[in-house]
Amino acid sequence: MKEVSVIVGGKAGDGINNAGAIIAQIFNHLGYYIYIYTDYPSLIRGGHNYALIRAADIPVGTYNDHIDYLVALNQETLALHLPQCPDCTIVANADLVKSVQNGQTVSVNTILKEESAAPITANSVMIGAFAKSAGIPWEIVSEVFRLHMPKAEENSRVARRAYDQTKMTRPISAVPGPTHSLLSGNEAIGLGLVAGGLSSYIAYPMTPASTLLHFLAGNAERFGITVFHPENEIAVILMALGSAVAGARTAIGTSGGGFCLMTEGLSFAAMAEIPIVIVVSQRTGPSTGLPTYTGQSDLNFVLHAGQGEFPRFVVAPADPGEAYLWSAAAIGLSWKYQIPTFILLDKTLSEGTYSVDNNYLGNLPVSDPVLWDGDAPYKRYLDTPSGISPLAFPGGKDAIVKVNSYAHDEGGITTEEAKLVTQMTEKRRKKEAKLREELIQYPCINVRGSTGATTALLCWGSVRNACDEVAGRLGLRVIQPVVLSPFPEQQFSVACRGVKQLIAVEENATGQLASLVREYGTKVGATILKYDGRPFTPDELFVKVQGVMAP
Amino acid sequence: MTRNLITPVQNTWCPGCGNFAIQHTLKEILSGLENEGHSLDNVVLVSGIGCHAKIADYLNINSVYAIHGRTIPVATGIKLANPRLTVICCAGDGDAYAEGLDHLIFAAKRNIDITMIIHNNRVYGLTTGQYTPTSPLGFRGKSTPAGTTEYPFNPLELMLASGATYIARGYTRKMPQLAELIRQGIMHKGFAFIDVLQICASFFNMTEYYGQRVYDLTDHNAGDFAVACAKAREWDYNRDTPIPLGVFYEQSLPTFNDRNPLRDLSADERIHRIHDFFEASK
Repeated sequence: MKEVSVIVGGKAGDGINNAGAIIAQIFNHLGYYIYIYTDYPSLIRGGHNYALIRAADIPVGTYNDHIDYLVALNQETLALHLPQCPDCTIVANADLVKSVQNGQTVSVNTILKEESAAPITANSVMIGAFAKSAGIPWEIVSEVFRLHMPKAEENSRVARRAYDQTKMTRPISAVPGPTHSLLSGNEAIGLGLVAGGLSSYIAYPMTPASTLLHFLAGNAERFGITVFHPENEIAVILMALGSAVAGARTAIGTSGGGFCLMTEGLSFAAMAEIPIVIVVSQRTGPSTGLPTYTGQSDLNFVLHAGQGEFPRFVVAPADPGEAYLWSAAAIGLSWKYQIPTFILLDKTLSEGTYSVDNNYLGNLPVSDPVLWDGDAPYKRYLDTPSGISPLAFPGGKDAIVKVNSYAHDEGGITTEEAKLVTQMTEKRRKKEAKLREELIQYPCINVRGSTGATTALLCWGSVRNACDEVAGRLGLRVIQPVVLSPFPEQQFSVACRGVKQLIAVEENATGQLASLVREYGTKVGATILKYDGRPFTPDELFVKVQGVMAP
Repeated sequence: MTRNLITPVQNTWCPGCGNFAIQHTLKEILSGLENEGHSLDNVVLVSGIGCHAKIADYLNINSVYAIHGRTIPVATGIKLANPRLTVICCAGDGDAYAEGLDHLIFAAKRNIDITMIIHNNRVYGLTTGQYTPTSPLGFRGKSTPAGTTEYPFNPLELMLASGATYIARGYTRKMPQLAELIRQGIMHKGFAFIDVLQICASFFNMTEYYGQRVYDLTDHNAGDFAVACAKAREWDYNRDTPIPLGVFYEQSLPTFNDRNPLRDLSADERIHRIHDFFEASK
């Protein structure tokens, strides 16, 4: 495996994310697969921000401990990162960094002054210097600027100045391979929802789900959707339910704290059988926790939130490809079964950027809602063998649609009658049975790595990417439940066939997936848990897995 | 074909309850709309939770029997998704002024074209008698046996401050006027707010009190915000002053839907644009 890792760091407000994205595109155009991790504190200006770009000749979905290049916009970047990579090659801003031992500096201010360029182009100076230091042909830098940089000419001009005055020190060669789409997890979810027929996206800002709101709001016209940010998360889910009652495919997004406020609406959706897609992107909890860092501690919450018992569909993609496909599927399943469906992810996936090949994403089955045939009187909650009642919407001819949060009869009229309550509870239960049956056609459990190995890493969501690399090095199997509710018991037991030791790897303190599979009678031999807000690196996980592997 | 607007569901409101008057008024308004050629297929009623909310079971029209305090966001979502629908919200004072006050303010602020009817009996009835945000100071309820220790707020003033474009107050024992206030509210383009004083026959019977104090607004300029504010303050829901009824304020402004027109794109075009997005990310 050939790989290169670059850190670009500066203070918040320097546009580090953009600098990272451009460096990533340069590697993309050199034929590499990309992963970008952005690390930033919860503030707007002044704190330390960095983007870590990892490029490799095979797909990667996580960063590692080793760093090759450090692009420092300020002294703090060196102070913070140099101890972590003493042998890395440095390209630094001479105006803020006194001297460097292993690398070069370039004066950003001098170039900007001479070129009469805007301060915002400072990043481009550093990118130009980095590109030359790494021996990257100017044509590639120029092409990436043209494709991905606003005001490409001005940025390209200052970058070229830095490129020309820097020496090549540690060349990075191209690898054979096509360029890929570079997408964040949140972008992939947005695109998947649109592909699934999304009409409206409603959300209140909350990291790390906010960039999904921004992406869809910024592209609402392009994709023909309505995007709205109301007064709070309670309004978010209730508006979405109203929108769905009127027939619009609607999704909402938040993180754990916002989802807390949505739980009364969730339970309403379940009782009233209103379709809704809920994106929950986890950060480190409890409470406000670490707003801009990752975690996997809300699995139990999402699986159990809301008063009463009801079916829900929960899917946890590991990468943007899965996020795209399953987001589209989640809308279809939500509307077919008239249930809440969840896309559960975390900061790592939401805000990480990955190489995606949209030509090889594959397909998932398409589910369509069952619609009313127009034969009045309409019964919103008609009991059928599948438990699925045909849908009609207010405004439809002769359809008197009565939606109800109380226990109700088939017509949607409130009831407290014991027999009816039992029947309608069982009606909703039937939908879950039918959903389980349908999910057999879906790849609910991924088995990766050495599929015949007797030691397996059990993981979910973004952690799978680190597990993949460790499994590759140690010859292990990786078992990743993608669907977590209804739990695909049968596919899981097939995936575990022949496994002697199952090691759960999770970014929480209690091993929530491990507990879930234990409920289904699977023995988990060891758990490797991390709960400091930072994702597992393959190097770190490698050591920990070796430590627990049975001899 | 005209439909029977009352469902066969057994009515469980207390005898003498003000809700009957609101139900009857709405039924008459809906019949009128139907006779004028409006299809009732396009009308949706959203109710909260409380005595008032049973109206969703009793009226034979599209309805969402929602959850406590959340009529407005549900109604907003419906109107956002299908602007052709006429959306009427029935909420109690506990519903709209306590549990869901934030939504009320925001509905007025964004001028969403829905009609908000507040069944304001100034007490929680279904939970058997506790004070609400419009109960008078000293109200003795089951949660405040020694009397409340806070003043009520004035919902009309609140709505004026929040940007509602139609603000009215009616009384269930003055049904012809009430019908006119609600009908005008439905016809109003924008957020129409009607605070309906009603008595609670079991827990707060104010028939005599209101009977002695209510009067109709005449020679009132509803287009003048300052005049509307002064009139809205004449009775503060606490002092024993005369209680004006009628339209306090009315203004024509673009609605939320006017400012947020629906977008429509074919499924094929969407997939095409998604593909373009993937390509542009290379």
